[in-house]
Amino acid sequence: MIGWREVEVSYDGNRVLGPVTLEVGDGEWLGLIGPNGAGKSTMLKAAVGVVDHRGTVSLGNGRRRVGLDVAWMPQRPNLPEDMGVADYVLLGRTPHVGHLGSESRHDVESARAAVERLDLADLARRPLGTLSGGEAQRAVLARAIAQEAPILLLDEPTANLDIGHGIEVLEVVDELRRREGLTVVTAVHDLTLAGRFAERLALLAKGVIVADGPPGEVLTEELLTAHYGPGIRVIEDADGPTVVPVRRSIG
Amino acid sequence: MSAATTPAVAVTPARPGRPALLAGLVALTGAAVTGLLVGPAGIDAGQALFALADALPWVEVDHHLTEVEMRVLFDIRLPRVVMGAVVGAVLALAGAAYQGVFRNPLADPYLLGVAAGAGLGATLAFSWSGTEALVALFALAGGLVAVVITYTLGRSVGGRTTTSLILAGVAVAAFATAIQTYVLQRHVESIREVYSWILGRLITVGWSEVVGLAPYAAVSALVLIGSRRLLDVLALGDEEATALGVRVSMVRWVLVAAATLATAAAVSVSGLIGFVGIIVPHTIRILFGWSYRVIVPLSVLFGAAFLVTADLAARTLVAPGELPIGVVTAFFGAPFFLLVLRTIRRAP
Repeated sequence: MIGWREVEVSYDGNRVLGPVTLEVGDGEWLGLIGPNGAGKSTMLKAAVGVVDHRGTVSLGNGRRRVGLDVAWMPQRPNLPEDMGVADYVLLGRTPHVGHLGSESRHDVESARAAVERLDLADLARRPLGTLSGGEAQRAVLARAIAQEAPILLLDEPTANLDIGHGIEVLEVVDELRRREGLTVVTAVHDLTLAGRFAERLALLAKGVIVADGPPGEVLTEELLTAHYGPGIRVIEDADGPTVVPVRRSIG
Repeated sequence: MSAATTPAVAVTPARPGRPALLAGLVALTGAAVTGLLVGPAGIDAGQALFALADALPWVEVDHHLTEVEMRVLFDIRLPRVVMGAVVGAVLALAGAAYQGVFRNPLADPYLLGVAAGAGLGATLAFSWSGTEALVALFALAGGLVAVVITYTLGRSVGGRTTTSLILAGVAVAAFATAIQTYVLQRHVESIREVYSWILGRLITVGWSEVVGLAPYAAVSALVLIGSRRLLDVLALGDEEATALGVRVSMVRWVLVAAATLATAAAVSVSGLIGFVGIIVPHTIRILFGWSYRVIVPLSVLFGAAFLVTADLAARTLVAPGELPIGVVTAFFGAPFFLLVLRTIRRAP
């Protein structure tokens, strides 16, 4: 479980988020959607304590143990270009290793499993700087998964991926969620993709949540055009809503 | 991306390879033995070698060194070599730590104002008291004060970014140097002394200086070597390290304090020896890998070997005179610095 209660974030006196109150239950997948600058990334950053915020974020029922209880995949990760993929994934075990200690056999095993799960075995020794955008994206996700935290916060996990790899990566996350009972929160730009995987969507606009519910209720032409602007059509079919762009000048 | 089909993925924590460790040990031993055998006293190198072997535990070798020659070997050359090794190791370690903590390949005691602060402290000690004993203490205090000001300024100006910190360090260094120049002009009589100290020297070193430096060096080396994995985590940036459960500010403080303590202690006995902290870690990085788990331990070996060699050059190149060791390290270090600068600028 992860809950934001009255969370607010300000940069230089300008409020960019909140107040936001939202709870995501165990094993649930919530998709955060919203236009650029709506506060999606900020909301995730507040949850892991990398931006100062007011209000409280609760993880499970106890205190916030960042790293152990929650893993965060940043939208723009720092990828030291000489660092090898396997070494990078192994850093995901940091919350489990003492400050002055080194990795146990179990830590190495978890990292190895994450490398294999994201199909990075052949790239394990490659420096991060030589990876394609999609490969790097998978390496970052592998690092987050290696943390083995019960809550996964993924900021644009499919941003650099083609549609095929995008689906593959989200399938991996979904499989983990079902098997391990993970709680997943993803910020995703692709509204259709968001609706296909998340059971519930929260629409953020100008820092506040304006809609929250199953994809069918949030991905409506009325709501989307109100917050993204005109030129959006939603097609309903058996798989759920599909969001397609319409040229404004023609439409 | 389903079940893994490839067996045995290579996931192992980085550590120095055996060839790298061996190379470091050979370099250090070679430099130390050469440093012990070469000198202006004209001791027969072969006999000196026998005498050294004889001094090892459980080894007995006959030699024909006189008592004076024995004293030169064990009370003049040996402490100087040991001091060179300790100072070199400590400066290389500190350089590697600063680079890791500030994620800046050019970070070193100079950039953070540590050296300038230590220099100002030493100048004040020379000018006011002229007491040799106070120089070490003042240099230490100056270095620590400088890095504290740099850190505080950097944070207050630039929040969580590290570039502001480096800029603050440059400002602190300039300020400290300005005060130092002023103090020097007011106390012209101590200029010569201060300059010889600023240029670095291991000439007057005896066992008492080695004993004085050893505890500081040991403490900071333990802290820095123990934290080598954390330096790799910090390479991910403050936000991601924080999200991995690392208390970034505290870790940064501890590492900076350890590196500064070591630097100022070394500087206070040996004067300002520049560029070791840049040359050694970067060479290791190029030869043996990017990870601080490799760079930090190897910096001890190669830093020690490097400075013992530099000292050897300092006292043989213009024999019977002696070059300040800081001149030797700068001669190799300055071009190296520019080389590093070029490679950074070429990177995206």
